[in-house]
Amino acid sequence: MSTDAGAAAGGDGGRARALPVAAAHGVTKRFGVTVALDDVSLAVRPGEIHALVGRNGAGKSTLVSLLTGLLAPDDGEVTFGDDPAPPISDREAWRRRVACVYQKSTVIPSLSVAENVFLNRQDSRRGLIAWTSVRRRARELLQGWDVDVDVEQPAEKLTVEQRQLVEIARALSHGSRFIILDEPTAQLDGQAIERLFERMRVLRDQGVTFLFISHHLEEVYEVCDTVTVLRDARHVVTAPVTELSETDLVAAMTGEATGLITASSDRTAPQDTAVPALQVSELGLPGLYHDVSFEVRRGEIVGLAGAGGSGKMAVAESVVGLRRPITGTVEIAGNRPRPGSVPAALAAGVGFVPQDRHRQGLVPALSIAENVTMTIPDRLGRYGFIGPRRRAAVGAQAIDDLTIKASGPEQPVSALSGGNQQKVVMARALAGEPTALVLLQPTAGVDVKAKETLLAAAEDAARRGAGVLIVSDDLDDLRQCDRVVVMFKGSVAEERPSGWRDHDLIAAMEGISE
Amino acid sequence: MLRIRSRADEPPGEEGARVNTEVRPTAPAVVRRAGGLRIARLRDLALVPAILGMMVVGWIVSPAFLSWTNLQNVLQQQSEISLLVLAEALVLLCGRMDLSLESTFGLAPGVAAWLVLAPGVAHGLGWLSGGWAVPLTLAVGLVIGVVNGLLIVRFQLNGFIVTLGMLIVLRGLLTGISGGKTFFNLPSSMIYLGNAVWLGLPASIWICLILYAVAIVVAGYTKFGRSLYAIGGNADAARAAGIRVNRVLFTTLVVAGLLAALGGLLLTGRLASVAASQGSGAIFTVFAAAVIGGVSLSGGRGTIFGAFTGILLLYLIQNVLTLAGVPAQWIGALNGAIILVALIISRITSGQAQN
Repeated sequence: MSTDAGAAAGGDGGRARALPVAAAHGVTKRFGVTVALDDVSLAVRPGEIHALVGRNGAGKSTLVSLLTGLLAPDDGEVTFGDDPAPPISDREAWRRRVACVYQKSTVIPSLSVAENVFLNRQDSRRGLIAWTSVRRRARELLQGWDVDVDVEQPAEKLTVEQRQLVEIARALSHGSRFIILDEPTAQLDGQAIERLFERMRVLRDQGVTFLFISHHLEEVYEVCDTVTVLRDARHVVTAPVTELSETDLVAAMTGEATGLITASSDRTAPQDTAVPALQVSELGLPGLYHDVSFEVRRGEIVGLAGAGGSGKMAVAESVVGLRRPITGTVEIAGNRPRPGSVPAALAAGVGFVPQDRHRQGLVPALSIAENVTMTIPDRLGRYGFIGPRRRAAVGAQAIDDLTIKASGPEQPVSALSGGNQQKVVMARALAGEPTALVLLQPTAGVDVKAKETLLAAAEDAARRGAGVLIVSDDLDDLRQCDRVVVMFKGSVAEERPSGWRDHDLIAAMEGISE
Repeated sequence: MLRIRSRADEPPGEEGARVNTEVRPTAPAVVRRAGGLRIARLRDLALVPAILGMMVVGWIVSPAFLSWTNLQNVLQQQSEISLLVLAEALVLLCGRMDLSLESTFGLAPGVAAWLVLAPGVAHGLGWLSGGWAVPLTLAVGLVIGVVNGLLIVRFQLNGFIVTLGMLIVLRGLLTGISGGKTFFNLPSSMIYLGNAVWLGLPASIWICLILYAVAIVVAGYTKFGRSLYAIGGNADAARAAGIRVNRVLFTTLVVAGLLAALGGLLLTGRLASVAASQGSGAIFTVFAAAVIGGVSLSGGRGTIFGAFTGILLLYLIQNVLTLAGVPAQWIGALNGAIILVALIISRITSGQAQN
């Protein structure tokens, strides 16, 4: 397999620079009435690291699906070198040309690393799999690419970083020298990201080509050679990263929406009451975070930032009762709800938007009104009965307040778009008129307009006297915060008042102190 | 040999104060050949201590327990249902369920008996000669497997409900063709496998052991077998690795039908009859044995050998209870309790959460 690598690298180097490893020529893809990609062209040159950026819904993942043969374009075509793309059904041919490491794991957790690497192409002798040889080849392959893992352990034991490396090595062993990395850094901490980048550079020098998808622009500047920007299903620009300034790149991504979300000034200063809305004192959960203390006053919006693995999500989940901290206390307006209990937290005045709306936020088959009022049955009627009329009224109110696009409060949530679903989750968080509003990735996967509405709703809650805690990876979510608490490796690293610069905040999140 | 040497000579980034990360991994992977293998095997053998413990208890309860005749009895009694466990384990490994197996277990020999028995004494049609009985039994199992496969794989219906429906339909068919009575006076070909003795051991024990041995090899050492685990573990990843998921699922359901029919044939042979209720209720024991043996209900986890130890343990416990003189009226309640206790034992010995 390593001789393959040499041959492919030599071949690519010798060929004309002009011929792209992979290209999309004017591809269009529609899903029903939605146009996911509109006449998009992309050419990835051999031996480059090509960034693909764009906001949520810009069409990145659809383009990746076309390039990996999971979907066929409605119009236009995909080519690899001189050849047209193989038929969709010929998975083997696609695998030899392109490999994708998705955010979602594509390993089989219960099987060993060795077996995952050679799945469905195990060495066999007289029809029986020769395990010794499979393990030996997997070990050789991984060592050949300097991936240091025990091939006999089940794949579920791998860390995210190790899993990505195994998936990259597996892709290379198929003979593919073009690898798509779909937000590979999203779940990695700063040091693991550095190691990944270093490895990407080394592989690039050996003739491997990457298409790199990321939300973090500083990563694009750090590791990529060329960048392509998609916006609203269209191709906006492709340029060498050295020729595109960060401002231009942001402008290309956001279009006219630049500066849409800014720190607003019409909110009065937080009330300085004796008892804060939320007080977190010396909170600790071994392995995730330790000694975390901060407070959110009434009417204040506080951001909680940090890289993946910084523990910020775990802290927020502990505040709302999804996790149970081992040490320290959480006080909501002076009360201490029982740790690790969501009902207790809700009763104490917490309202929250969970991180994963599909898993924890919504019951898709139920109506908007039922979802919105799920946390406040007591307000709808007495003795455990629920008044349908009052429930519908609360639902209609939510539709109005958050401009949810729906036919009415009785429409099932599953029929709504992602942004509107997230508004329902927000409405549910607000339904109990919370003292402390905790928002976990409140704008993940929603468009700019919905994002604006959601953040405005948070601000409105603050204006009415709630303490708001926003936990997010998206810097836009944090702009309206009065303060941003930055976590690094499980503890509070620093705190920044509003008016911070992106660069400084990211540096703090990555643990680079100045 | 092309080796990548990662070095920490990264080009200066946009900000000067980057952390200087030493990228090179530490020592190369320690070659551990036997380690992982041994652990995997140990998990396989999780129930063996429980079985040995049960043997000691049995020996204390009654010295007759450890006699060769008694152990042979236990093995023979569990051989028929153990084929159902084997079938269910295969289906469970690829993340599906087949509830209809227990009805196939009764219907397959029932249909064969119905077609070959002369009208008169029992409900029979007498259309075919006795020599057809065994092929007919297996053919019925195969057809049921194909129907399950079509409904679940081709029409993408929910497997649990499909096989629940099949369970009821097939049981009803057997009751219908038999008039709710028992088929007896069966042709000798149907009796043979359940009664014969090969090399000093009942043929059904041989068949059970051989099929388990074959299944262990297939599941552990063939692409087909490994694809069961892959599909049960992560069907999308399996598809991405080029495994023909639908074909494997279909084949597995057909094989399961065949195994259930064969199991039914063995029991028919031993009892020399087919009761309208043959196999009724057995599916609960089958599921329990598979789970006790470490096969996950959510797919992708467990071994065939584990499933075998599961059913063996259940039958050993029952045998010990019988020897201890527990009244027959209490066996039902005890059977349920045994399943729960066995689940707890296997949870303790394997240390894995069951789901």
